[in-house]
Amino acid sequence: MSDPRQSSSPSPDPGKNLLVQAQEEAIRNPLEGVNFGELELSLYRPRTLFSILLSILVGGMTVMALVPLFAVLWMLIWRGGQKLSLALFTQLPPAPLEQGGGFGNAIVGTLVIVAIASVITIPIGIFTGVYLAQAKGDSKLASSVRFAAKVLTGFPSILAGVFAYGAIVLVTGGYSAIAGGIALSILMLPTIILTSESSIAMVPARMKEASIGMGATTAQTVWMVLLPTAMPGILTGIMLAIARAAGETAPLLFTALFSNYWLTSGGNLNLMQPTASLAVLIYNFSGMPFKNQVELAWAAAFVLVFMVLVINLIGRSFSREQVLQ
Amino acid sequence: MGTASDITRAREEVAAWHPGQIWQPPTKRQRWFDVAFRKLCVAFAALTVVLIVVLVVEIGIQAIPAFREFGFGFLTGRVWDPNAHTYGILPEIWGTLYTSLLALFFGTLFGVAAAIFLAEGYLGEAVFKLLKSFNLHFHPFWGKLPQRCEALLKTLIELLAAVPSVVYGLWGLFVVIPMIRPLCNWLHSQFGWFPLFSTDLSGPGILPAVLVLAIMVLPTITAISRDALVSVPPKLRMAAYGLGATRWETILGVLLPTASRGIFGGIVLAFGRALGETMALAMLVGNANHLTVSLFSPANTLAALLANNFPEADSKQIPVLMYAALVLLAITLVVNMFGAVVLERAAGKAEAK
Repeated sequence: MSDPRQSSSPSPDPGKNLLVQAQEEAIRNPLEGVNFGELELSLYRPRTLFSILLSILVGGMTVMALVPLFAVLWMLIWRGGQKLSLALFTQLPPAPLEQGGGFGNAIVGTLVIVAIASVITIPIGIFTGVYLAQAKGDSKLASSVRFAAKVLTGFPSILAGVFAYGAIVLVTGGYSAIAGGIALSILMLPTIILTSESSIAMVPARMKEASIGMGATTAQTVWMVLLPTAMPGILTGIMLAIARAAGETAPLLFTALFSNYWLTSGGNLNLMQPTASLAVLIYNFSGMPFKNQVELAWAAAFVLVFMVLVINLIGRSFSREQVLQ
Repeated sequence: MGTASDITRAREEVAAWHPGQIWQPPTKRQRWFDVAFRKLCVAFAALTVVLIVVLVVEIGIQAIPAFREFGFGFLTGRVWDPNAHTYGILPEIWGTLYTSLLALFFGTLFGVAAAIFLAEGYLGEAVFKLLKSFNLHFHPFWGKLPQRCEALLKTLIELLAAVPSVVYGLWGLFVVIPMIRPLCNWLHSQFGWFPLFSTDLSGPGILPAVLVLAIMVLPTITAISRDALVSVPPKLRMAAYGLGATRWETILGVLLPTASRGIFGGIVLAFGRALGETMALAMLVGNANHLTVSLFSPANTLAALLANNFPEADSKQIPVLMYAALVLLAITLVVNMFGAVVLERAAGKAEAK
């Protein structure tokens, strides 16, 4: 081992470290021994060939991952779009072997159930988001709420249905739109909480501090500064949650059940009776051995996917504007 | 010298001059509203935690009668016969884990590949090169195209998750099954001795269910893996390039190991999602009480069992189904909590750097 101070002397020294000699040689003649052909990006070099091949492989796999999306959309337009007519939106589901018919009551039912779920979830979700964004970092409640919301995100949708069945259907004694709405609200809650929290937390601190500095109370700061500023992000979260809820089937199977009739009984809206929904209609009709019902299932799927994708894309457009600002 | 009475008089003057003045102190009503609002926020936040507890307790209480009757033998029993009042869910537990793990395998393979494709910005690069050949790469409109294409690709992959699962089920039933059936039956006739191909595909079965399930978990894996890859500090990538590494030597040697925790967390969360997925499986897996490894045989999962039996269950069967729901709840809660903890640790580690 040589002393580093010795190695800095210019004359060649037999006792010198080999590495240091090589370094000095490299400084004197930096490009000696470099084969420039080897640095070229060429298909004949195994290293670059490997890199290029893997790049192509990954691109191909990404395209393959997107094939199902387009395949589903194409099938929906091809098989569902063919059958599209005004009658579908105004008529009731047909009985077996009956021709024609539609799913007007299922569209209304889906809208009503999702509306019930939204009325329950949106205030709870936003206020919880406000609490989380305002809470101090070491708050135990805040961290457990955050954890609970994350666990709820992956909560199986069928178990929300099982819960609503035990807590609502067994207690009130019947399947109803309310039970379906409550089941869906459990699934919507985590999305709204987490997006509200993150979009409120993204409001610049100077805006919040200015508001507090002017003597506003916490509630005034939240209502007049934080919520209006964070609104695009919150709306995105709400729309994504609604889009997810509108397509959910499992929680409705045995809470809202299904019905072949309109939601009104004797001219009044009755929320305490079995209610049809598009998703459950697709599930029920897809298993039937009748051609008419299967075609209706495809048409219903077309309408449902169209609804869900439109809500989803509208929701996304809100936060895109926010990013551009 | 301002005394207390001076301040009061000043306030009164201000209030008389302009009652809506923004810098007047909060009135009694505003203060009351402030306190009420804060309490409401705390109450709603606590409600979320209470909700999870209530969910578990509610399903648990409903399952007690069945637990007393069948005990842990329920988990290892293979027969499901409502007429004989004999119940066991071993085939369903096996089916749930088997389909989920297989779907996770395919979902991870394609999901991580798509995440790398997105994180590396391949598409933007290609579009940029194309524009450059037309000399349009700084054009006010066309110059934005690479970014837009990247955003579009990301949105498309996220939209995969937005399609309702019942629609995937319908698609699987009428498109995937007829499409893969000849291939599966050929595999069975040629390689029938191999356990995975030991039966033929006569309709719904494990393989179509797995394929559709893989499509459904892919966006979760891609989104989380992409975030993990993007949050790798750029200096690590630059250091690898500086040492002469090719793009893929950098990805395999530096980026993937650094992002591995985040990717693993995403895979665990996707696993939780696959375990709980109901509709696509209820429609495609065949609902047969088989304990099998064959890819083409019908089987059943816990969620599909619940979906098929709950609507027609009588009061004797409901506790049994609640017990099955409790088992599913336990499995998914454990997996999801594990995933959440892994992701939290991964985020904490990334911040520490």
